[in-house]
Amino acid sequence: MDLAYFLQQLINGVTLGSVYGLIAIGYTMVYGIIGMINFAHGDIFMVGAFVALISFILFALTSIALPVVLLLTLLIAMVFTACYGWTVEKLAYKPLRKSFRLAPLISALGMSIVLQNYVQAAQGARIKTLQPVIQGGFTFMEETGFTVSLSYLQVFIVLVTIFLMAIFTLLITRTALGRAQRACEQDRTMTALMGINVDRTISITFIIGSSLASVAGMMFVMYYGVIDFYIGFLAGIKAFTAAVLGGIGSIPGAMLGGLLIGLIEVFWSGYISIEYKDIAAFTVLVVVLIFFPTGFLGKPDIEKV
Amino acid sequence: MLTITNIETFYGNIQALRGVNVKVNSGEIVTLIGSNGAGKSTLLMTISGVNKASAGEIIFDNKNIQNLPAHDIVNLGISQVPEGRRIFSRLTVEDNLRLGASANQKGVHYNKEVKDVYDLFPILKDRLNQRGGTLSGGEQQMLAIGRAMMAKPKMLLLDEPSLGIAPKLVNQIFLAIKNINREKKVTIFLIEQNAKKALELADRGYVLVNGNITLEGTGQELLKNQDIQAAYLEGGGKK
Repeated sequence: MDLAYFLQQLINGVTLGSVYGLIAIGYTMVYGIIGMINFAHGDIFMVGAFVALISFILFALTSIALPVVLLLTLLIAMVFTACYGWTVEKLAYKPLRKSFRLAPLISALGMSIVLQNYVQAAQGARIKTLQPVIQGGFTFMEETGFTVSLSYLQVFIVLVTIFLMAIFTLLITRTALGRAQRACEQDRTMTALMGINVDRTISITFIIGSSLASVAGMMFVMYYGVIDFYIGFLAGIKAFTAAVLGGIGSIPGAMLGGLLIGLIEVFWSGYISIEYKDIAAFTVLVVVLIFFPTGFLGKPDIEKV
Repeated sequence: MLTITNIETFYGNIQALRGVNVKVNSGEIVTLIGSNGAGKSTLLMTISGVNKASAGEIIFDNKNIQNLPAHDIVNLGISQVPEGRRIFSRLTVEDNLRLGASANQKGVHYNKEVKDVYDLFPILKDRLNQRGGTLSGGEQQMLAIGRAMMAKPKMLLLDEPSLGIAPKLVNQIFLAIKNINREKKVTIFLIEQNAKKALELADRGYVLVNGNITLEGTGQELLKNQDIQAAYLEGGGKK
């Protein structure tokens, strides 16, 4: 019974952690490249969830096969949300790039409110629901009295997350684009002196971060079946916590942090109290930051001058 | 090849360049000497498009470049080795070189260009997988020059390549600069505090004082000039 219960929490925690991890990558990449916390990123995730919900509903009217619907929804959510992320960067952050450090941060808080109100105005303030798209699953350990279930949806979420994280890790570590991003993180002027268009590299970073957040949004709406215009706030703050926990600026750190926050939240709910699950994640953050100020995988600067 | 006319550049409210005129002909090595704060680095950053001139004109290969973004200027064929080297210390030596090749048709000629860089600085070949920040100062300077050469520039701007480097390596670096000019046919615009070495190497030189060009002439003329000897060659314990 105990082991079965533990396994069930583990499965749920990894699923939730995948969603947080996908959002956290966007925070960490943007922080890495322009040194700002994009507080509107949680709302980009929310926009992604809405785009996914709307395209699911539209596809439900057609007779397209489910795997194709999932793939199309994924692509539509990524493309549309990437456009939102790109626009937010162009409108709210780029004009402030040479301004003082706090300016884009304040602008980001403003964009967060703008996006929330925009979705509220366009889609209404009431919650939106989605019927389960993927049903069924595996069950284990029925003989112990506590059945462990692993739904196909959970498998789908974790597999898509692993797949996307692998693709984007390769993109960052192996391609010219990734090299340009890593160069921008360190010295933007010098990157421009390499003949690289820094503005475009920053735009692409926002596009990647936003499209990953939209996938998280799609997973979220499929998993919980309920969204509203305000979901970006708490999910965003938790994903931000995940990014800091893993070491802000580090992409593997964001994945690890997301997983940890998901696990902490689920285990806390499962073993201690479901009411204080939000406090648990933030308490762990505070404790970790006291002992590991740069997060688990944050990079200490080695520089020889 | 490069004609700078009456360039004025401001840093906030401070005027760093006050109408500078410099001309660099194709195939030359031209040096600009001057003390700290004279505006030497500002001039290079203005040519590269990092700082924008508020007045004047910069013509490169018959093209007006002073309003172009920095990355476009690199793609036209002007590469810079900036003051303090500014290599990407957290990236490997190979990544640094590959970044340098970005301007050269997005790096498709990497394998060809990197051979030339190894010929100039063989040590870089042994350091490929090391992080840039772990190299010694001299090696970092070699990497910075090699990285700039990966773009296959027509013109190379060098900002104090001898600064903070062991004397033995300084000779090697000046030799490499000479090679780049003579064999690779790259025009050189060199900024130096080590005025003697720079003037010995250069075809022509300019002296920059407080944002103004006060003297110009061939390297030999300037070496013999008494004002220069007093201000830049004998003083300051440089001997």
